[in-house]
Amino acid sequence: MDAIQAIINGKEISAEPGMTILQAAKANGIHIPTLCDHPAVSPFGACRICLVEAEKNPKLLPACTTPLTPGMVVFTNTPKVIEARKAVLELILVRHPLNCFSCPSNGKCELQDVAYELGVKESSYADPGDTNTSHEYEDANPFYVRDLNKCILCGRCVRVCEEQAQYHAIDFQGRGIRTSIQPPVGSPIELSDCVFCGQCVQVCPVGALSEKTALGMGRPWDIEKVKTVCSYCGVGCEVEINVNRKTGKIANVTTNYSSPTALNKGRSCVKGRFAWQFVNSEDRLTTPLIREGDTFRKASWDEALSLVAEKLGSIKERHGGDALGFFSSARCTNEENYLMQRLAREVMGTNNVDHCAHL
Amino acid sequence: MTNDFESIKSADTILIIGSNTTENHPVIGSFIKEQKRKGKCTLIVCDPRKIEMAKYADVYIRQKSGSDVALLNGLMHVIIRENLHAAEFVEKNVNNFDKLRETVARYTPEYVSGITGVAPELIEDAARAYARGPNSAIFYTMGITQHVTGTNNVRTVANLALLCGMLGRPGTGVNPLRGQNNVQGACDMGCLPDVIPGYQKVALPAARQKAKDVWGADIPETPGLSVVEMMEAAGEGKIRGLYIMGENSMVTEPDSGHVRHALKNLEFLVVQDIFLTETAELAHVVLPASSWGEKDGTFTNTCRAVQRVRKAVDSPGEARPDWEILLAVGKRMGAPWDDMTSPETIFNAIAKITPSYAGITYGRLEGGSLNWPCPACDHPGTPILYTAGFPRGKADFSPCEWQAPHEWPDEEYPFLATTGRVLYHYHSGSMTRRSSTGDFIKEMAIEVNPADARSLGCNDGEMIRVSSRRGSVAGAVKVTDRVPAGMVFLPFHFSETPANSLTSSQVDPVSKTPGFKVSAVRVEKS
Repeated sequence: MDAIQAIINGKEISAEPGMTILQAAKANGIHIPTLCDHPAVSPFGACRICLVEAEKNPKLLPACTTPLTPGMVVFTNTPKVIEARKAVLELILVRHPLNCFSCPSNGKCELQDVAYELGVKESSYADPGDTNTSHEYEDANPFYVRDLNKCILCGRCVRVCEEQAQYHAIDFQGRGIRTSIQPPVGSPIELSDCVFCGQCVQVCPVGALSEKTALGMGRPWDIEKVKTVCSYCGVGCEVEINVNRKTGKIANVTTNYSSPTALNKGRSCVKGRFAWQFVNSEDRLTTPLIREGDTFRKASWDEALSLVAEKLGSIKERHGGDALGFFSSARCTNEENYLMQRLAREVMGTNNVDHCAHL
Repeated sequence: MTNDFESIKSADTILIIGSNTTENHPVIGSFIKEQKRKGKCTLIVCDPRKIEMAKYADVYIRQKSGSDVALLNGLMHVIIRENLHAAEFVEKNVNNFDKLRETVARYTPEYVSGITGVAPELIEDAARAYARGPNSAIFYTMGITQHVTGTNNVRTVANLALLCGMLGRPGTGVNPLRGQNNVQGACDMGCLPDVIPGYQKVALPAARQKAKDVWGADIPETPGLSVVEMMEAAGEGKIRGLYIMGENSMVTEPDSGHVRHALKNLEFLVVQDIFLTETAELAHVVLPASSWGEKDGTFTNTCRAVQRVRKAVDSPGEARPDWEILLAVGKRMGAPWDDMTSPETIFNAIAKITPSYAGITYGRLEGGSLNWPCPACDHPGTPILYTAGFPRGKADFSPCEWQAPHEWPDEEYPFLATTGRVLYHYHSGSMTRRSSTGDFIKEMAIEVNPADARSLGCNDGEMIRVSSRRGSVAGAVKVTDRVPAGMVFLPFHFSETPANSLTSSQVDPVSKTPGFKVSAVRVEKS
């Protein structure tokens, strides 16, 4: 099919058939603010922040769910659009606390970004006495906390659980101002179908969902992301280690739904996302150890390596290379496994080298 | 895996056997679930435990543990009887069809039902769905391999795929899901007793000549011992020194009582690890290694995709990357390894001797993973194997007869115990138990069928003791119909309650894999 020609903000653009106004705008470098839109999930049209004006349409249109049609003339930032967006945002802010400085999402909060862009500081509709929307802070599991007072009902978590995690463990519950995102009635998250893959936490645009293990580990602006591969099973999920540049420590682990190199397409499981704290464990070995009777004493690398070389050499000399065995590791890199079998075969003269492939 | 993850989107039938996919390979589980939930495939799940995947299955087969060869032969019996096999593909690509037909002839659904406990109609349904395709994929894991007949189990899986021509196209394949991040790579690199990198057999002069040409050293021609055999040899004093890198044998190997004896019997044990594991505690020298996130290198995943892993943070104290330690040990013993000074230069050495990695460089991997075989720098990699037939010409059917497991419930040990992992933990638990997952699941829970729980008189959470001919372990009961009556399931992550004190070190004669999935046990309230 032919490309669609249309005009956005007076600029002639070309888009693939089937693209929404938002997708066409993005592809042509035109910014439209969004909240419920996310590359991991299908368009939903929940938040209405992306409203735009189109000629011959009496109403404003949500850019994320409206297909671009040939010859369409779209305006993304007329006074009417801006006014509508501000009103929508103020309605969202009615139920959103403004204690941003203590929020773990401060600095990466997309609601904050939209409010900044639109110059909105608070909601003129807010009723300080309203308790209809107050929720308890939920932190019963070790993986993530739910603070539904901050939830803006964008539905990203619902969609990512359904479309990526394939669990549909949560959904909208209740009506009107009492709507909230919940597991099935009467069951806490911990007893629901949730398997704590954390994909909902990753896509939450605000601080309604946050990683419990990342709390206090670093502010968003201190984080540097390093792309690597998960350390657990053989699927080989691409993950990003988020390093706090100030402490030099891991702050958390995330995935990237837009990465062209990710075989997992941004998906994760509980181990890949949340089970990284062993790296920072107090139990880590930090120095070579040499046995003395029933205990160990600390040793220098030089002393430990000399002893290893001497003992292996002596056994080889007295009993031959086949009196030695080498257990390599499926946890280690290709480079390390390669060296281990060369050590066994080339240096020690034995094929007694194996690893835990069968275990 | 013969196929890649993208291939799942083309599968019309997916057969999962002996893989608890959603707990052990959750992201692949989500790809398979997506295909099923979109109504794009028929799902067949074969597992003694009613795992999560069984909930979504069109055909759920609950075979007895250890009966897989009979079950798969039964499927092939139905397929041949109803003339559903890919006759043309077989004729052109596979030898030995007559022998296969002869072998499976007596595996009628009724006969197989007697061995597996599965209704004959279910066997027929599964056979027809798999053969119908048009594209059918098989996924399996340790439920197939960790039996003393594991090699025959795998051969029989391959027979089924060959019989129906389910190889070489998107949506098909024989797809073993590998359990460890780099178990594929460790095998590729020749950390196996009989091959150098690239599966070149040490017994063949050509491989030894190649090693001599590239490494400049003579390597021995007799294949070495496997992990389990080395442990036996250590117990007998034939192996006197062991170098263990990143492996907690005390928890992950069968018959842990014997492992302790063997390790204590050694003249010299060096353990290189990130923690003072149960195994490291027995060492003469412990070398502190860098962990994941602290070093550069490559991993090769379950679909043969080689990927870069990167250093993000420094190691604590004086801990060093394993590659650095191994280089230092080798050089101290006189190895002329000056060409290797970094992960990248080591990788270049790998590419020199490993034909399937020859076209892979760190530079190319920056653009994304490459699936081996990738024999040249302009080769795009091979996400799906056998698209142009089999490299050796024709494949062979290897028909197998079903053999009863090495151990079977009897009067003294009336239950069957099987071991495995749970979603929240990983292998010996040395990583996950030191992470947030360790706060969520703190100890072993033994799955017991409600009927058995009633006759034992124990409720959810009460303590029971499970004993085999080799050892005994106690833990809290989790009453669930995930296990059938007569079977108990024990996760093996917990060193204080080692499930592997129950298991036998009897191994498959070819693969040397222990029969972890079957132990005859006694269960008592404790």
